[in-house]
Amino acid sequence: MSYIIDRRLNGKNKSMVNRERFLRRYRQHIKEAVSESINRRSITDMERGEQISIPTRNTHEPSISHGSGGKQHRVFPGNKEFHAGDQLDKPQQGGGGSGSGKASKQGDGEDEFSFYITRDEFLNYLFDDLALPNMIKKTLSQSKEFKTRRAGFVSEGTPNNLSVVRSLRNAHARRIGMSVGKRRKLKELQAELAGRLSESSADNPEILALKEQIAELERRLKTIPFLDDLDLRYRSQVKVPTPSSKAVMFCIMDVSGSMTQDIKDIAKRFYILLYLFLQKNYEHIELVFIRHHTSAREVSEEDFFYSRETGGTIVSSALKLMQQIIEERYRNTDWNIYAAQASDGDNWDDDSPLCARILSDSLLSMVQYFAYIEITPNQHQALWEAYSGLSRPFSSRFAMAQIRNPGDIYPVFRELFAKDRYQEAV
Amino acid sequence: MSEKVRNYLSTDSDWTFELLEVYDREIARIAKLYKLDTYPNQIEIISAEQMMDAYSSVGMPIGYNHWSYGKQFLATQKSYKRGQMGLAYEIVINSDPCIAYLMEENTMPMQALVIAHACYGHNSFFKGNYLFRTWTDASSIIDYLLFAKNYVRHCEERYGQEEVEQVLDACHALQNYGVDRYRRPKPISATDEKARQKERENILQQQVNDLWRTLPTSLKAEKNTKKRQFPSEPQENILYFLEKNAPLLAPWQRELIRIVRKISQYFYPQRQTQVMNEGWATFWHYTLLNHLYDEGKVTDGFMMEFLTSHTNVVMQPDFDSPYFSGINPYALGFNMFQDIKRICEHPTDEDREWFPDIAGSDWLETLHFAMHNFKDESFIQQFLSPKLMREFHLFSIYDDDEKNQYLIEAIHDENGYRKLREMLARQYDLSVREPNIQIWSVDLEGDRSLTLRHTMQNGTPLSADTHEVLKHLHFLWGFDIHLETFKDERMIKRQSCPQTIIEE
Repeated sequence: MSYIIDRRLNGKNKSMVNRERFLRRYRQHIKEAVSESINRRSITDMERGEQISIPTRNTHEPSISHGSGGKQHRVFPGNKEFHAGDQLDKPQQGGGGSGSGKASKQGDGEDEFSFYITRDEFLNYLFDDLALPNMIKKTLSQSKEFKTRRAGFVSEGTPNNLSVVRSLRNAHARRIGMSVGKRRKLKELQAELAGRLSESSADNPEILALKEQIAELERRLKTIPFLDDLDLRYRSQVKVPTPSSKAVMFCIMDVSGSMTQDIKDIAKRFYILLYLFLQKNYEHIELVFIRHHTSAREVSEEDFFYSRETGGTIVSSALKLMQQIIEERYRNTDWNIYAAQASDGDNWDDDSPLCARILSDSLLSMVQYFAYIEITPNQHQALWEAYSGLSRPFSSRFAMAQIRNPGDIYPVFRELFAKDRYQEAV
Repeated sequence: MSEKVRNYLSTDSDWTFELLEVYDREIARIAKLYKLDTYPNQIEIISAEQMMDAYSSVGMPIGYNHWSYGKQFLATQKSYKRGQMGLAYEIVINSDPCIAYLMEENTMPMQALVIAHACYGHNSFFKGNYLFRTWTDASSIIDYLLFAKNYVRHCEERYGQEEVEQVLDACHALQNYGVDRYRRPKPISATDEKARQKERENILQQQVNDLWRTLPTSLKAEKNTKKRQFPSEPQENILYFLEKNAPLLAPWQRELIRIVRKISQYFYPQRQTQVMNEGWATFWHYTLLNHLYDEGKVTDGFMMEFLTSHTNVVMQPDFDSPYFSGINPYALGFNMFQDIKRICEHPTDEDREWFPDIAGSDWLETLHFAMHNFKDESFIQQFLSPKLMREFHLFSIYDDDEKNQYLIEAIHDENGYRKLREMLARQYDLSVREPNIQIWSVDLEGDRSLTLRHTMQNGTPLSADTHEVLKHLHFLWGFDIHLETFKDERMIKRQSCPQTIIEE
């Protein structure tokens, strides 16, 4: 006696709860592994999950068992040339070939417990506790962008929104409503007329009066309009404010001779993080790459990261170009503008105060956020000094930080966009 | 063999629900010829993902939530996705009705194999073997698991997930020491369990309180009782002891211990009958499907596919092969049952000498007798024949950690058979495989510390994990834990939690 049941349609993710619990328990380890892998991953390589490894000593579930040592008898299959009484040298350290069940019980086979997390989980861990400043600013209440949305029917509107079905239905109802009394009357009169007609002749004055009344009623019934202005109904469209889903990210980088490829690589990572972060929050993101030495140019991503230039450095040229591009292409009401500037800190001495002025006078009021990272192991230079005056008055939308090596990127990134900074700003 | 009547059940490799029924009916009919007595079968078709779920909950259809099952799941998922591991074709649960999971990816021959293996092989083993009959109650396990799952969830809601997790972690560490070896536990069922659980909470707490009574007894009484020895006899069921006697636990924590203990008890027979259970199931899928073939019900192609899988399952790599990972229970078990059949049907002189009782007897009866009344250790001790030891080329080594060389103490020859068989049997003896640790005493009047005694076997020390386990034990008991290791009646090591290790 057997029952055969098709269970395939039952949920398949029965283990999800337990998986979640595991991930929660080892949250700290996973976060460490994620931040490590960010430093290791190549730039274009953010579209996949990650293999996370946790030392087995941390995930190990202890139990009481025999350790190695003592006097053991063990039986094996596949004897080829041994005879009773033979002596075999033990392999040096660790049991080697004769590693039976006993040895693997010690759990020293694999040092790490590893498993995969999905891309989304990876990014979630990466952006854990992170929020960009002023994001709230572009939320529903203050948003300048609207979406139209249907909101039932209204009695006033433009002809293109006329709802024919609704209008005719209303007209029909109105006609029934307005004529119901008259029709009833008409029927009564007609019945009376028919009664009278059978009794007396057609020219009886009472009958004539009845006929007149009937004609009057019929005339009045005809005057009820088929369609009245009252009946018209229009589809209502209301404008709902929507959060802006567009962002533009300006990447500004110094490409003068003093910027080595290493420094650029570090900058690149920072941009990737910013890009990914924006990607998570906005539907549509545009990237603008501005590189500069003594003059600034808008370039492709490839050129931005890989071509080399020489010469001096005038940072303000890039800021001016950014300002110009914003005015031409990104009216700041529809666009969330983010900018990240990377530099080794070099600048024409006279130019630095000018840069600070451009930022404070115009750029900073246009952008959501402007981040300056200085990638240098050395002392701060003129630009840092000039910018540092900005961080207090504009603390909600301007941040600066120094990066010394690739390992610093992630902490600095977090620091720049850390939640508490955001809260401070509010 | 004479001209076969060919009347194939199917010729295609795809399965359908109708075909499953047809095959199940046929296999059931043949199983009856061989007197296989089974619980009713509940065959469930599941997908690969669901199989992974089933894997990670140790094959239980319902389990309470715990991170360790998530860990298991991640490990399974990873190795499956990498292709390092195929999933098992089936999982079968010792329950009544007997639930068997079949993967949808299997072909028709594979489904037939699995039905024969799980639904008639394992199933009859669960129903017939004395260990399962004594220690598990197939009809109540699903209910109990449901009760456990709900109870754990209830506790999590009430006391917090972390609190519950901490208790479960501790219990899991000790779960192999939560088994009654000599007393038959009462059958458990969810309804009774729920009804009794409240009552138990109260009574239990009272008893514990009584044990830890701190009111001064009268002077006279004190004189009479010397030092109270508690427990009066050593206890090997550590979880049971904690459930009943740990001074500081709340009633719900005791109930959690009980749950882990009960489930551990349920798995106890499986841990002792791996070779027999798998061997029995393998023997029967082989025998049943061959019978089906002999009746002309399945095609040659079907048999080829079946035999390929079967051969893979019963392969035994040599000790020096890269694929070697211990003795394959399928191989050993299958060959032993085949061998018993051979001894009954075509005994040699050697068999007559070694197995005078069964040589020439009715093979089916002998096989059923063996299945009913043995566990791995005694089964091997009783039935492993010299012929099989030769075929497996078994040899036994002696590994003394004080010497630099292994000694080959016995091989498959006239002088070695008995020793070899004894050594192999011991390898499956749980009481040898697991360290012997017992609750020894509680310092009732003093610091309430709990002392356990480890009796060393063959000079084998405990693994490095032990201290971690002691921490869990310490958490449950609430006071100091001491673990004393005895070798030949002499204490050679004492470790404690909080930590102090005294080594001789």
